[in-house]
Amino acid sequence: MTTTNRRSGDRVRWWTYALLALAVFACVFPLYWMFVVATTDTAAATELPPEIVPGGNFFHLAELVFTTVPFVQSIVNSLVVAATIGAGQAVLCALAGFAFAKLRFRGRNVLLLVVVLTMTVPTELAIVPRYMIISWLEWTDTLQALIVPGLANAFGIFWMRQHISSAISDEILQAARIDGATVWQIFWRVVFPLVRPAAFVLGLLGFVTAWNDFLWPFVVLKSPEMYTVQIAIKALQNSFAIDLGLAMSGSFLATLPLIVLFVFVGRRMVAGIMDGAFKG
Amino acid sequence: MTTISPARATITPPPAPAAPRRRLTDILAPYAYIAPFFAIFAVFGLIPLLFTFYVALFDWNPIGDHVFIGWDNFTRLFGDVRFWNAVRNTISIWFLSNVPQLAFALLLAHLLNHVRLRFAVFFRMSMLVPYITSVAATAIVFSQIFDRDYGLLNWLIGLFGFEHIDFVQSVWGSHVLIAVMVTWRWTGYTTLLYLASLQAVPRGIYEAAAVDGAGTWRQFLHITIPSLRPVIVFTIVTSTIYGLQIFTEPLLVSRTTLNTCGAVRQCQTLTLFLYEQGFGQFEFGYASAIGVALFLMVVVFAGINFYLSTRIRPGRP
Repeated sequence: MTTTNRRSGDRVRWWTYALLALAVFACVFPLYWMFVVATTDTAAATELPPEIVPGGNFFHLAELVFTTVPFVQSIVNSLVVAATIGAGQAVLCALAGFAFAKLRFRGRNVLLLVVVLTMTVPTELAIVPRYMIISWLEWTDTLQALIVPGLANAFGIFWMRQHISSAISDEILQAARIDGATVWQIFWRVVFPLVRPAAFVLGLLGFVTAWNDFLWPFVVLKSPEMYTVQIAIKALQNSFAIDLGLAMSGSFLATLPLIVLFVFVGRRMVAGIMDGAFKG
Repeated sequence: MTTISPARATITPPPAPAAPRRRLTDILAPYAYIAPFFAIFAVFGLIPLLFTFYVALFDWNPIGDHVFIGWDNFTRLFGDVRFWNAVRNTISIWFLSNVPQLAFALLLAHLLNHVRLRFAVFFRMSMLVPYITSVAATAIVFSQIFDRDYGLLNWLIGLFGFEHIDFVQSVWGSHVLIAVMVTWRWTGYTTLLYLASLQAVPRGIYEAAAVDGAGTWRQFLHITIPSLRPVIVFTIVTSTIYGLQIFTEPLLVSRTTLNTCGAVRQCQTLTLFLYEQGFGQFEFGYASAIGVALFLMVVVFAGINFYLSTRIRPGRP
């Protein structure tokens, strides 16, 4: 990302900023609006003209959220699922990426091609047999039914392979080998520490995706104490079909952890997404 | 280390000079490292997909009998108006959400690619806010904004003296609403992919164009879009694969009627129809037939998109 590679020559016109500001407004406004409705009382949420500044009712509604559904439990469940998937993806994809980037073995190119091709396989539509496998394993209504399928993904392997290929020289691996390190030691002591930033971003993306996943938890989870926050929001929406304030408070509370996370690591996430993009 | 042990790992180049005594564990190590992915993909991706084709040939009740009925599920499916309705809805929503997303992302990436742009980090981070917001939360807030009676949008429309629009209950309205949610969520992410790709374009090209008197619009048409073609093809194909499987947004848009997305199934997509048949009616066989139909649709659509987007302009993609 050197500045020399970016566009220059022409001045930035005022309307560039105007259009970008409009885009920022469009991106951020729905979240602001969610907060507004989450803080006004229910009557105000159904009033014209609508309230456009936050009210003082947030804690009342938040309390209602926590008493209507086991919300604390769902946040814990979501944290467990998302953190395990994030960490699992970071390690497993780095491991596989290392194998594809630096180790020589029979069938390597074919297997890598298979990994890339799996990215184009639509798996959501096979939800019925996947559910049948989960029930056969007796995993319905458990968190491992959410965690295990999400632990490794093709995109992550491909991504870590690219990073390991470019970030790690063969000389350093050669040196480690001459020192008598096993393949596992080379990965764990040499390779992984060097690509930890890339693995961290991959883990973050896995965390966000898992936190926000809906369809699969919706199919697998039955009892309220196993709910993830997304399913808890759905339950809030069901039990109070008309009470928008409550559903909005739940939505806001479910998004809050990610906003906090984003404030701290958003820069790295942006850099990571751009870094993983296609560059010809 | 004082002793130099024989080569243990098989590290690619330079070609391992005759490794005489490779340990078995080191030979097997690469396979062990890639095994978790293949195991997980097989059990939760590939086997279910293949099994879908099998179950589709049965009258399959999860707690009852499995009766082989051949193509009956498919004959029934093709005569089912609900199926064709779902096909229409899916294609309509996919189209309405992908075209604007592509257009906005191209434009925003072009604007963000200025070398002298101030607050660049702020702009980029803001673009990613929708991506971290969950679909469930998005669906609820947009349903409120588009609500017929008390929605923000209808209030604005009303200020200009127009009638309130019942987005949720009408066919086109619910499709627009869902498309807005999808566009909102993915445009920023796509923008960043495009921007990354644009930054690999040498700045000299833009400079030369500016010297030749090409304005930003001409630069956009003649430099930005052609240089982005590989990543555009990639995003079109992936958003087709995901877009045709859309589920959460339509499920949450209509608040009362759960699996049908409205009284007249106005926004029931194929995945939602599949869910209704599978987990609402417990007709696993019929639901699997819908899965097979959806699979074929995804393959055909992704193929057509790939073909078109690589062929529209001559030259190297």
